[in-house]
Amino acid sequence: MRIVCVVGASLAGLLTARALRAQGYDGRLVLVGAETHRPYDRPPLSKDFLKGALDEADLALEADDEDLGAEWRLGVAAVGLDAAARRVRLSDGTEVEADGIVIATGASARRLPGMDDLAGVHTLRTLDDARSLRHDLASAKRMVVIGGGFIGTEVAATACDLGLEVTLVEAGKTPLAGVVGAQMAEAIAALHERRGVRLLRGARVAELTGEERVDGVRLTDGTLLPADVVVAGIGAAPNIAWLHGSGLRLGDGVLCDGGGRAIHDEDGGEIGDAAPGIVAVGDCAAWFDPALGRYDRCEHWTAARRRAAVAAETLLSGGAARPARQRPAYIWSDQFDVKIQFVGHARHADTVVVEEGNPADHSFLAVYRQGERPVAVLGVNQVRLFSRWRRQLETAAV
Amino acid sequence: MFLFAKLGCDSMIPACPLASLPRGEALRIEADPPIAVFHTEDGEIYAIDDTCTHQDASLADGWLEGCEIECPLHASRFDLRTGEVDAPPAKRPVRTHRVVVENDVVFVVPSDAPPNLPPGVTVKGQA
Ligand SMILES: Cc1cc2nc3c(=O)[nH]c(=O)nc-3n(C[C@H](O)[C@H](O)[C@H](O)COP(=O)(O)OP(=O)(O)OC[C@H]3O[C@@H](n4cnc5c(N)ncnc54)[C@H](O)[C@@H]3O)c2cc1C
Ligand code: FES
Repeated sequence: MRIVCVVGASLAGLLTARALRAQGYDGRLVLVGAETHRPYDRPPLSKDFLKGALDEADLALEADDEDLGAEWRLGVAAVGLDAAARRVRLSDGTEVEADGIVIATGASARRLPGMDDLAGVHTLRTLDDARSLRHDLASAKRMVVIGGGFIGTEVAATACDLGLEVTLVEAGKTPLAGVVGAQMAEAIAALHERRGVRLLRGARVAELTGEERVDGVRLTDGTLLPADVVVAGIGAAPNIAWLHGSGLRLGDGVLCDGGGRAIHDEDGGEIGDAAPGIVAVGDCAAWFDPALGRYDRCEHWTAARRRAAVAAETLLSGGAARPARQRPAYIWSDQFDVKIQFVGHARHADTVVVEEGNPADHSFLAVYRQGERPVAVLGVNQVRLFSRWRRQLETAAV
Repeated sequence: MFLFAKLGCDSMIPACPLASLPRGEALRIEADPPIAVFHTEDGEIYAIDDTCTHQDASLADGWLEGCEIECPLHASRFDLRTGEVDAPPAKRPVRTHRVVVENDVVFVVPSDAPPNLPPGVTVKGQA
């Protein structure tokens, strides 16, 4: 292997590039990134960076003295791929032909209809998004957050800490219920309400109001929520549009086998074979998870890091490396002064028991079990105990 | 403390009796900044700054494996011998301290190198 092209120069791309070097790859390495920024860390964008406690230099993912010996093509997007020829077409009209390709284009925030015409309505995915939201927060008094996923609940907590009046609009019954289960999600909802977030459950947005600048959010039941700033945290979609017609099979992300090899989708060809020399990793990739029996797109930091090393090994071994044992996803989130940690799959559980602390004090650990077997653990300000449980679940997982 | 005076070294911090730190366990000393002491499964004892260089996490709460401690929050791993970090989110090594075991008591000799504390965490008495 003499040329490797990594498409997407953020967490997954950088870590795979680094893993390739660490595993002895010494050929040409080209990193293509649509953003002009060097790789930066996204989690603080909804937390300490938004709060103003971290500055942009703190977000850098590279160490000060790090040199990967790579060619950086930043501010240039990949616009097409020929999987058979392993040729990537770039937005500046040039092409890169490589022996190995790493697809790490991540995901983009879903947008609300009508938001493009109104100032003051934000999504949060990139540094540029965070800069502009931070700017608006400085003069805003009332914020409406649409969507009670991780981004929505984190932004609501941060804005509340900054002294804004925050309303969180959740379409379902409870924010984060999809991840931590309905019962434990109530404990996190209670935290938000106690700290002053107004939580609207089962609420659906009809429209954004205002001329040029947003002044409110109207719900389908007619309620009008006045707002100086609105954040839509309604999920993220994988950045795979540039791969249409590439010969790779696409679903909810680039479909890959358990070692990260992208699956072929040629007309008349063997459906389900891996495309040689192409791996996908990070938020854009859905790896086959035998334990779940399906392709699973994992949109979390620790999954990107773990899979980067596996993808590099897969690429360098020509796919001969044994697929890594899947481990349950580990998710963390910081909201207010509370550390939320979760590992496993809540929906596999038939019981949930608080084994330490008390949800009312925002410090507890809950174990989710299927029969006798622990299948997930939630820690809220229980860092030490949670790390023991996480180990246990990871090593017990098949 | 008696031993302390006898060794004549006022920069050594007594951590604990050796017997109270079994293999595989960690201990946090409330120094400023705090120090974590680890007893590995192989029987070695190491001391490093307790605060992760990424954010304000206590490494004594992390997971000890061989000569490495995994941060309990975002799972960067630090080598207890050198302080080096394996992968982000942490980028800077953690400061290491020398350990002395005298008469079955564990002492830490605090390093005079500057600590690599995360943004927003400062040593008390300093800005
Ligand atoms: C605000 C926020 C907070 C988060 N907080 C947490 C958290 O607390 N805990 C947690 O576990 N996870 C968190 N995450 C998720 C975590 O950041 C992601 O899982 C991680 O960033 C995934 O990395 P990635 O490299 O796959 O994708 P991304 O970080 O999305 O990077 C993809 C890169 O590819 C570039 N790109 C896209 N298309 C192209 C193209 N065609 N050509 C070239 N380049 C392209 C993009 O511009 C981008 O730079 C958070 C995410 C956000 C946005
Ligand atoms: S706090 Fe240690 S890795 Fe983040």
